[in-house]
Amino acid sequence: MQTATDDILIARIANGDRLAMQALFARHHVRVYRFVLRLVRNEATAEDLISEVFLDVWRQAGKFEGRAAVSTWMLGIARFKALSALRRKPDAELDDETAERIEDHADDPETTLAKKDKGSQLRQALNGLSNEHREIIDLVYYHEKSVEEVAGIVGIPEATVKTRMFYARKKLSELLKEQGIDRGWP
Amino acid sequence: MIKTENEAETGINAEVPSDVEGLLPWYAAGTLRPDETRRVEAALARDPELARHYALVREELAETIGLNETLGAPSARAFDTLFAKIDAEPARKTSPSFNLGARLSSFLAGLSPRTLSLAGGVAVLAILLQAGFIASVLVRGTAPRHYVTASAPSTNPGVGAFALIRFAPQASQDDVTKFLKDNALSIVAGPADNGFYRVRLSASTLPQADYVTVIQKLRTDKVVGFIAATE
Repeated sequence: MQTATDDILIARIANGDRLAMQALFARHHVRVYRFVLRLVRNEATAEDLISEVFLDVWRQAGKFEGRAAVSTWMLGIARFKALSALRRKPDAELDDETAERIEDHADDPETTLAKKDKGSQLRQALNGLSNEHREIIDLVYYHEKSVEEVAGIVGIPEATVKTRMFYARKKLSELLKEQGIDRGWP
Repeated sequence: MIKTENEAETGINAEVPSDVEGLLPWYAAGTLRPDETRRVEAALARDPELARHYALVREELAETIGLNETLGAPSARAFDTLFAKIDAEPARKTSPSFNLGARLSSFLAGLSPRTLSLAGGVAVLAILLQAGFIASVLVRGTAPRHYVTASAPSTNPGVGAFALIRFAPQASQDDVTKFLKDNALSIVAGPADNGFYRVRLSASTLPQADYVTVIQKLRTDKVVGFIAATE
């Protein structure tokens, strides 16, 4: 149902309906923001980027052909913007990532105890994945994208989507193993 | 053990997942097609090891959702920046290449249930009238009253095997000419007001089975919008 109403909003946006743009923004901006934030790891950059993503939606709505869901189309735009931003200032993003890892290794005893919780450790491992693996995990598990939709967003064949997801999950198991958790797979 | 290009890319030494194993994340997220879902369910029912693997996938799904939900939301700055930029955009002209399906959806969504019901009734009536009209055309086609065109053959137009045909709207004149030539057809009458032509399939009458076969073959051509046998 949301897909159908998204199409209607895009149609109105194509005709310059500002209110429809507000409705679409309200409906999708949080998920788009989280997708971008997981890639660029900087809240201010992520906020700037979602403004750009929705501005592109405003400008290109008339060209939207409905071959993919609107949310899939927007995530594709968001990914392109995020990767372009990372290419522009890779050092800054690397600093963030490095800081995060350093922080992980400098936990106080209380935090270390809390991390005995398997869920927390799994989340820590999810944060430790490369961008390539993190984005595919997020697209499949959080953004509920099918194999075909992920292929469209990332720009790879469907077979590669399945393989990349498999290796992202294997890497996750490896990271957990480094933390002392053996999942028995692979 | 089979290696893939991605192994080199990631540095991981591992086997390629089985087809069903590779689908488990999408099965957990509920984004598989129905046939794939049934396949995974059948495999899970008969393979305890796969079922154990699926439990790991469900853990990953839960924690990925949990992790993303803790990321919060953007501040109002994103909204303000966006609409400041939109307001600075030049006024937009209505897009002529606008999606017809979406317009129709928008229009239907705006109708009340009663109006929709009434419109549905009218549509059914229109379809019935159209069906009756087509039937009357077919019946009328048996009468000798028809247009005689300059392209009609010199042979007696009343002798042979015939069909009523309406060409597809997108068919060009060249398409129609080629279609007639390739199938050795000749127009003996038409077009009538409803766009139908009477074409000769054969200079002599055909056995019923052959007649049906020819009509069916012609029906598959993209040039043909409608075709039916006639005397």
